[in-house]
Amino acid sequence: MTKKILILLFILIPINANALIEVDITRGNLNPLPLAVSPLSIDEESRKGFEKILKKENIGSEISNIVENNLRTSGLFNPLDKKAFLQAPDIANLKPRFEDWNLIKAQALITGKVNYVDDKLRVEFRLWDVLAAKEMMALAFTTVPNNWRRVGHIISDKVYERLTGEKGYFDTRIIYVSEEGPKTQRIKKLAIMDQDGANNKFLTLGNELVLTPRFNPASQMVTYLSYFKNMPRVYLLDIETGTQEVVGDFPGMTFAPRFSPDGKKIIMSFAKDGKSDIYTMNLENRIVEKITNHPSIDTSPSYSPDGKYITFNSDRSGYQQIYVMKNDGSDVKRISFGNGLYGTPVWSPRGDLIAFTKLHKGKFYIGVMRTDGSGERLLTENYYQEAPSWSPNGRVLIFYRETKTNSKGEGFSAKLWSIDLTGYNERQIKTPTDASDPSWSSLLSN
Amino acid sequence: MRLNKILKNTLLVLAACLVLTACATKKEVATDIQGQMQGDVYTGTDTVEYLADGVPDRVFFATNESILTTASRETLRSQAAWLRKNPNINVVLEGHADERGTREYNLALGERRANAAKDYLMTYGISSDRITVLSYGKERPVDSGSNPLAWSKNRRSVTVKAN
Repeated sequence: MTKKILILLFILIPINANALIEVDITRGNLNPLPLAVSPLSIDEESRKGFEKILKKENIGSEISNIVENNLRTSGLFNPLDKKAFLQAPDIANLKPRFEDWNLIKAQALITGKVNYVDDKLRVEFRLWDVLAAKEMMALAFTTVPNNWRRVGHIISDKVYERLTGEKGYFDTRIIYVSEEGPKTQRIKKLAIMDQDGANNKFLTLGNELVLTPRFNPASQMVTYLSYFKNMPRVYLLDIETGTQEVVGDFPGMTFAPRFSPDGKKIIMSFAKDGKSDIYTMNLENRIVEKITNHPSIDTSPSYSPDGKYITFNSDRSGYQQIYVMKNDGSDVKRISFGNGLYGTPVWSPRGDLIAFTKLHKGKFYIGVMRTDGSGERLLTENYYQEAPSWSPNGRVLIFYRETKTNSKGEGFSAKLWSIDLTGYNERQIKTPTDASDPSWSSLLSN
Repeated sequence: MRLNKILKNTLLVLAACLVLTACATKKEVATDIQGQMQGDVYTGTDTVEYLADGVPDRVFFATNESILTTASRETLRSQAAWLRKNPNINVVLEGHADERGTREYNLALGERRANAAKDYLMTYGISSDRITVLSYGKERPVDSGSNPLAWSKNRRSVTVKAN
């Protein structure tokens, strides 16, 4: 039930594109850029105004905390301890004393101001290059006060983009499956949360088994598998209205759904008589097309970002391997040839890579390879992990990991983890319950 | 040179230790699953329930396989005989996989296993109208263990009365 919001964004001062600080995100960043996030300054009247509506003592500090946390978890930045800051937030926003910030080794500085204007939240912020003593960016937003967390995420995205040259991924959400109860009788619910774990919400009650939710890259729709009435079928859910519908009229199990990049089709598997084939359904005219036709198991389809190709998982060679074909099912080529079994291929939103799960000698890996199968790189190894999903900028993968139980069958857990494409910055994403099958949304604002 | 020799001896001792520990673990596993697995197919009866006297409700599979073993075919023949005697009973064949595979592939594999059982029942005269196939993939293990024996119990197709 999130209301569509309008965020007004305008540039205060034109940015001059000089050679200022830059962060290279293409390799593992072992020296994150030290930067200072000065709390957004706020006048007493505005502070009281927001305290009343949002029950937050100082919304300026709260927003800067979000920015700080986002930048830290990206692994590319090292936000410095606020206790070391010498300059007060309001004065820093007007004109930073660069010597002071240089002294604490900050290379970049974020300052800003929050105002309560006509029941709206107005935030302006600036990004400064401390060494060059220059302003790099200045922006202002006006929105409804309830959107304060999103303002923090949008500021983070702008800073990330200005410093790395690539779009951020902070103003996004994760849909996943919440898990509770014993391993033999897991209760599973659809859940959604902001990328940083805030605003967690359950979307189903847990009465029926649900699996593999995936976002529509073009809207706030979700497709997933539900065992409603003990019939495993692919469903479509509008997370704004809560409306659900079954996708297509198949005489058997449909599963492994994903949207096409334009959001107009669902691609999925349909299992019948021991064979699973890949089908698409056009959501506008409901036309169903059969894409693969093979006695093997063909599943886990995922479109290339231009929609022209499909990567999928098949055991037609005898074991699970990754294949690529044209979107009409022609020109099928196997691309995985390493040791072990390969599953869950997912095409990167940048188009150049396919992420996958690999099982080899009893270990599970998350890895990436080029779309022709060359350049395989394994990012992380564990007892059990699978189902990578890309951040919208194609720089981070989120997936889930399960633990081994002890000799009594106890100690099972399932958690969400993320890792950079570089193989660095692996971290757990905290969820209120156990969690699996994460799917990352597109940027909510652009 | 002497250092080299000492080093070599230490290594030999170390290697011997490793061999011993390896043996110890192997033995333990062997006794643990003795008589309950053949290859990696479960042959025990711990989890088996009965549809009627002498009619076991489930068959087991090897890793990544959906081929019926001799024992499985015997079980299914007894189910077919029981179904012929009880023409009003319909069944659901629930196909399952172990936890050592990706979720989506396992859903397909569960369906394939249940269909292997369905095909066999049909060759013994049971009409397909009386059989529904339902795959749970790896979602409903009977044994929550993370070891080969537990996994072998979980790779199964279970025949359940539908009415």
